[in-house]
Amino acid sequence: MADRFALLQGNEACVEGAITAGMRFYSGYPITPSTEIAEGSAVRLPQVGGKFVQMEDEIGGIAAAIGASVVGVKSMTATSGPGFSLKQENIGYAAIAEIPVVVVDVQRSGPSTGLPTSPSQGDVMQARWGTHGDHPVIAISPCSVQDTYYQTIRCFNLAEKYRTPVILLMDEIVGHMREGIELVPEEELPEEFKIVNRDNNMVDGKPYACAKGEYVPHQPPFGTGTRYNITGLYSNEYGFPTNDNDIANAKATRLMEKIEKNLDDILDYEEENLDDATVAIVCYGGTTRAVMEAVAQLRNQGVKAGMFRPVTVWPFPEQRLKEIAKKVKTVLVVEHNYGQLVEEVEKVVKGAAKVEFLGKWDGTTITPAQIINKVKEVSKNAK
Amino acid sequence: MAIKKLMINPAWCKGCGICAEFCPKNVLEIQREKIRIVDIESCIGCGLCELRCPDYAIWLEEKEEKEEK
Amino acid sequence: MPSKLVEKTFRMENLPHIWCPGCGHGILMRDVAQAIENCNLDPEKVVIVSGIGCSSRAAGYMNFNTLHTAHGRAIAFATGIKMANPELTVIVITGDGDCTAIGGNHLIHACRRNIDITVVVFNNNIYGMTGGQYSPTTPTGEKGTTAPYGNIDNVFDITGLAQAAGATYTARGTAYHATQTIKLIENGIKNKGFSLIEGVSVCPTYYGRKNKKGSVVKMMNWQKDNAIDVKKAANMDEKELKGKLIIGEFYNNPSTTGEYTERYDEIIKKLGGDK
Repeated sequence: MADRFALLQGNEACVEGAITAGMRFYSGYPITPSTEIAEGSAVRLPQVGGKFVQMEDEIGGIAAAIGASVVGVKSMTATSGPGFSLKQENIGYAAIAEIPVVVVDVQRSGPSTGLPTSPSQGDVMQARWGTHGDHPVIAISPCSVQDTYYQTIRCFNLAEKYRTPVILLMDEIVGHMREGIELVPEEELPEEFKIVNRDNNMVDGKPYACAKGEYVPHQPPFGTGTRYNITGLYSNEYGFPTNDNDIANAKATRLMEKIEKNLDDILDYEEENLDDATVAIVCYGGTTRAVMEAVAQLRNQGVKAGMFRPVTVWPFPEQRLKEIAKKVKTVLVVEHNYGQLVEEVEKVVKGAAKVEFLGKWDGTTITPAQIINKVKEVSKNAK
Repeated sequence: MAIKKLMINPAWCKGCGICAEFCPKNVLEIQREKIRIVDIESCIGCGLCELRCPDYAIWLEEKEEKEEK
Repeated sequence: MPSKLVEKTFRMENLPHIWCPGCGHGILMRDVAQAIENCNLDPEKVVIVSGIGCSSRAAGYMNFNTLHTAHGRAIAFATGIKMANPELTVIVITGDGDCTAIGGNHLIHACRRNIDITVVVFNNNIYGMTGGQYSPTTPTGEKGTTAPYGNIDNVFDITGLAQAAGATYTARGTAYHATQTIKLIENGIKNKGFSLIEGVSVCPTYYGRKNKKGSVVKMMNWQKDNAIDVKKAANMDEKELKGKLIIGEFYNNPSTTGEYTERYDEIIKKLGGDK
């Protein structure tokens, strides 16, 4: 068993968080820089009566995880860029069939094999739109090893509650960073991370029916006394496929609404020094550490910089950023790619403030000094 | 003694003709794209039609024979 | 009002099914249902997993726990189900394309693990759902919409492939040989390990029409006239077997290394994870 205090990598913390959350099944395929999640799961799961299987490929990894979830076992798969691409079809399957599953993507530089051991945040848009068709998505990006422990738990909780795939969008920085962390046991978890288990009491005796004013069905696990059908086709409340456009429309809309109508619960973000800020730096995941340091140094130099960090990257915390944009002169997006989330930020800010961008895609990390220089430069532009 | 009665559900029959082709006693015939029983007297209750009907439109039902008085 | 078997094992409200007139899949689906009945299984503990294609529509009609998955992935989903709850009887219904083309990798590795899953391949030698493209079991020289000048690919021998990869039960039946096929599926379910039963179907609509095989009755007669039991085939030479279809039980040899989920349970036990 793991000790309460430990020096762990982000990837190892992810495994411990998952076990605390109740993960009892992991299936995946080795890929840098996420492999430690598979290795850790292989060690830890049988110790707690769970199971690990190394599948023949990435697609099998997510398919088996969804299969295990269908019989009621909390399950996870982890991967990195190339594997994340391969898993996309079944992320869509879990979304339409409404099966909880946690998919970890420890981002590395791409496209294709890219720079396998170098950090990147180039999958942030793939996390939103990677699978085809309109679909709901929750993606959460942790910024430290301790945060990875907690956010992995939150991913499981959201997956169980909303019966949807939840992506833990890590990056190589956080995945391989080592920090001393506290493995807070289940019974001592802060309120916002308290373990959630799916509600299996069917509504009106129909597996895919929802209670009035609710958006999540309560299909029971296979093998527990209700025989029904699950499919990736649009289907009725019994899970049987249909070509009826009204039924398809109702289901497609409900899938999106189950996220949209529950934003208060799903959204999470972190703010620092924004009250009087003239520059709001938007960052997420492994970039956060450098931004925090830059903000501290800028404040020492009298520059009014603040940080806005979406913890829930998808759905994007639009409303809050809109409010912030009205108060600042500049919104600076810092991310490890050629410019991805910045496009979402531009869409949200809509001219309320000037949107600037600092990116890096050479496989090295963005430093606090680079952020400080950029903030000074854009502050001058804003005057 | 139990006897077997040959049953047909025309709504499910797609008229493929497999049952009629392999009926060993020529009990069945396709008429206007649906299966028809043409010689029930010859039926030996072997059940091959039921086994090979892709649409479950023909089957044998076990019925208790009424005692004749 | 249909037969007792159909009433018990199918979702009546979803019948009649979508398959074409004369499609052998209806016969094979009934064979699977009858085999489950013969094994006396609690339907609550039976899971049917399917992929995509004509064959895989079967799951939705069957009154068990049914999971209609993504193209080629049925066996991978089934692996997760069986691992997570080994008490369940897991049966995969798949097609020649679903199982051996897009899903070929999952097939061979599930065979290798000898996980207790029974796979029934409805082999109609064609991609039916998409309108008649050649598949890994379309005989060389025959036509599909994507093999307009004749297929130059060599075919997969599905049962041979499964056996070579480690399946502990392999067999082949046909749509015509329903009684035998039911028994083969039954034996496959009873095998504690990975079982593969190829059910040679008939597709009069696409494969048959494209290749001038005549009516479904003619195609079924071909199966009747050309299928040879594996025991009889053992005494025939290559020349005599040319153009014939060998059916029956090919391999039934419970693995000496044991079944996968049982082996994993041993690890859990050793670590005290079961307490």
